[in-house]
Amino acid sequence: MTQLVWNGLFVGSFYALVALGYSMVYGIIKLLNFAHGDLYMLGAFVGFAILGAAGGVSPAMTLPVLLAVLVATMAGTGLAGVALERIAYRPLRHAPRLSLLITAVGASFALEYGMRAGAGADPRVYPVRLDGASFEVLGARVTLQQLVLIGLAVVLMAGLNLLVTRTREGRAMRAIALDPRTSRLMGIDVDAVISRTFFIGSALAGAAGVMAGAYYGKIDFLMGFLIGLKAFTAAVIGGIGNIPGTMLGGLLLGLLESFGTFWLGGEWRDVFAFGVLILFLTVRPTGLLGERVVERV
Amino acid sequence: MTTTGQPRLLGTDKPPTLVSRLMDNRWAGLAGLLVAVLAPFVIATPYALSVMTSAAIFVMLAAGLNIVVGYCGLLDLGYVAFFAVGAYTAGVLTTRVGLPLLATVPAVLVVTVIAGVVIGAPTLRLRSDYLAIVTLGFGEIIRITANNLDVTGGPSGIYGIPSLTANPVVFYYVTVAVVALAVLGAARLGRSRMGRAWRFIREDEDAAEAMGVHTYKVKLAAYIAGAVWGGLAGVLFAAHLSAISPTSFTFLQSALVLMAVVLGGMGSIPGVVVGAVVISLLPEFLRDLADYRFFLFGVLLIVVMLVRPQGLWPARSKEALK
Amino acid sequence: MSLLEVEDLRLRFGGLLAIDGLSFSVEEGEIVSVIGPNGAGKTSAFNCVTGFYRASSGRLALRGENLLGLRPSAVAARGIARTFQNLRLFGELSVLDNVRAGAHLWLRQGILDALLHTPRYRRSERECTEQAHHWLDFVGLRGDRYGAARNLPYGEQRRAEIARALARRPDLLLLDEPAAGLNQGEKAEMLDLIRRVQGLGIAIVLIEHDMGLVMDVSERVVVLNFGQKIADGRPDDVRKDPAVIAAYLGSEAHA
Repeated sequence: MTQLVWNGLFVGSFYALVALGYSMVYGIIKLLNFAHGDLYMLGAFVGFAILGAAGGVSPAMTLPVLLAVLVATMAGTGLAGVALERIAYRPLRHAPRLSLLITAVGASFALEYGMRAGAGADPRVYPVRLDGASFEVLGARVTLQQLVLIGLAVVLMAGLNLLVTRTREGRAMRAIALDPRTSRLMGIDVDAVISRTFFIGSALAGAAGVMAGAYYGKIDFLMGFLIGLKAFTAAVIGGIGNIPGTMLGGLLLGLLESFGTFWLGGEWRDVFAFGVLILFLTVRPTGLLGERVVERV
Repeated sequence: MTTTGQPRLLGTDKPPTLVSRLMDNRWAGLAGLLVAVLAPFVIATPYALSVMTSAAIFVMLAAGLNIVVGYCGLLDLGYVAFFAVGAYTAGVLTTRVGLPLLATVPAVLVVTVIAGVVIGAPTLRLRSDYLAIVTLGFGEIIRITANNLDVTGGPSGIYGIPSLTANPVVFYYVTVAVVALAVLGAARLGRSRMGRAWRFIREDEDAAEAMGVHTYKVKLAAYIAGAVWGGLAGVLFAAHLSAISPTSFTFLQSALVLMAVVLGGMGSIPGVVVGAVVISLLPEFLRDLADYRFFLFGVLLIVVMLVRPQGLWPARSKEALK
Repeated sequence: MSLLEVEDLRLRFGGLLAIDGLSFSVEEGEIVSVIGPNGAGKTSAFNCVTGFYRASSGRLALRGENLLGLRPSAVAARGIARTFQNLRLFGELSVLDNVRAGAHLWLRQGILDALLHTPRYRRSERECTEQAHHWLDFVGLRGDRYGAARNLPYGEQRRAEIARALARRPDLLLLDEPAAGLNQGEKAEMLDLIRRVQGLGIAIVLIEHDMGLVMDVSERVVVLNFGQKIADGRPDDVRKDPAVIAAYLGSEAHA
């Protein structure tokens, strides 16, 4: 039982990390960035490339090296996100919604199969794996690496929350989310803030990618597809556009999946997750913490 | 024919050129059909016939998705789910129950309509972008379910589905006939009261409601129509390959059909048909580029949206003068 | 029984009462103007009547038949048509197709008719097109009817939108600022058009800021301020009403 809870929270923190980027971008320009999951994949591969270039890593240095790679990767995927927005999304900001969604699908495709063309179709084995002792907490087997990864996720999310709620930048983001036109009139550089939002969201996804690579040990060009869907589900559960809600949604989805897998069997895990998504969208489309919109029939 | 003879034409649009008139003409449809009918006389190796049959089935899928995306403006990223539902319904009923293929068609119709309602009813009330991702999820649900159940043969799928005919040439012509009817049907629906209502919704949902269009019901109708087209294409697919497995029904397939529709021109029947033929035959001509194909498709999707969102052969808003 | 009865209508947006106990009625074939300063709740009232907003409480009825809680298409089916403050034509579709939208409710044509091109389909399509031409002639549209609606000049788009609403064959037509953005000549034509629509026996409620047009065309004027009705009567009486003058002071001065 506690094992299920722990597993759920662990997977859920990954979902939350990826879902945040989804949620931030949606909150600010109301775009479902389909390519977001692929930025996670990109992160895993960028980390892989840096580690490969660095050569071997001595076991004692694993954690510091991994942290350095994490930071470098976040910068890389962050810039990739900015470029994506600049090239594919910004010119279409005032185009019909459908065009933007289709562009996002195209971007996702280009990233996935661009990576396949570059890195090959076969899964790659991550050069660094986090090892660590495991111990029992309340009957659940917890490994040190899990604790480290969860700790990292929590630090990143807490930092993001501070940024959005306490800084000028965060205030500008929230202002644009409410009303881009007025924000512009008030002297906010809307394009720059949107760029930075993409940077932060993509960097978080990239971080999650590296962490997943280091934890699971294998990466491939399609690894972002499923987690993109899951992250969206998490964002919807919590309330898309709402940052604490999205974190909550990620953890909740992790827990639901963990228990769903236990009851139904692993092969039904994804079906169960998407079932939850559809249920939520039907019953409470604004999510748990999403604000109610004015009833407009 | 000159513009001066037409009393009501006072707009600034250019007069129709020979090319645009040819393209707008219903002759384009007949010409396309003629090409399909004559193709086996040019090349009729078993492989070529198989590729052409697959291309024809792909055209039907594109025509069906065009109803949902092109006419109604709803982004469906899991369209292959209906293709799978049709193929599996036909496959299960022929191999497990022993029905002849044709006898499964009514069952396929019923099952795809139900699937359309089950997926559409909860999601069509939502914002259009939610619909996109929920349909994506549903596509995965259908594929994983087929992968997990015994009755669908699990990961290895279903073998030995009887075809309509043992002769691949005859089967090709049957397919072309069915697909031609399907394309014609989709075009006719698009020009009718219902088809206009679909386009009103695509253009402006509020204004459509104000004119008395029950947008929810009309969107559901588009969704169900798309489901039926996809399901029937699935029957052809099952009969053509005689074996189906979950790997035929991945997101990649849905995305390829979407690309055909977007590339050709959303809402334009000739555009969508040409788009589907191009997308399905291109790999045969560009073998060297196999590794980059999907990458190029993705880039192309972005470029088309940025540069020419109406597609290569756009739907015209200009009406022909009668 | 009045054609349209609005009684004690309330609409709440979060903490704000956008409409606060509004009551008024419209008789058959009457022209009523709804005026008031910006933000007074005029368009919100339209949206409540046509089902785009769900009123928090009150009564809404067309010829005694309840409208409250119906979706916009159901309200349209009861016989109310409207135009929008910011033009809402189907831009990519032809002007004719736009007006054909008005035929959606009365066109009898099934899916099978459309698939098989039955005589009924051909007949209904012909009728629909004839009607569309008829209403475009009625509103005096001069531009290209076969081209995309977004290519029409602004004033023509206003007229096309009214033609679309008329093709619905409504009993009540709601016009949201029909003269906004029109020049003097076009305004005069709009005035004439509104009168001709009334001549068809259709009642009209219009929101308008151009006081000249309002005073000229209306049989009755309803004045809103802060979501409440502050005056209701013949144009001449409303013009002299001290409450109305107070509400408009300043906003009228620089208009």
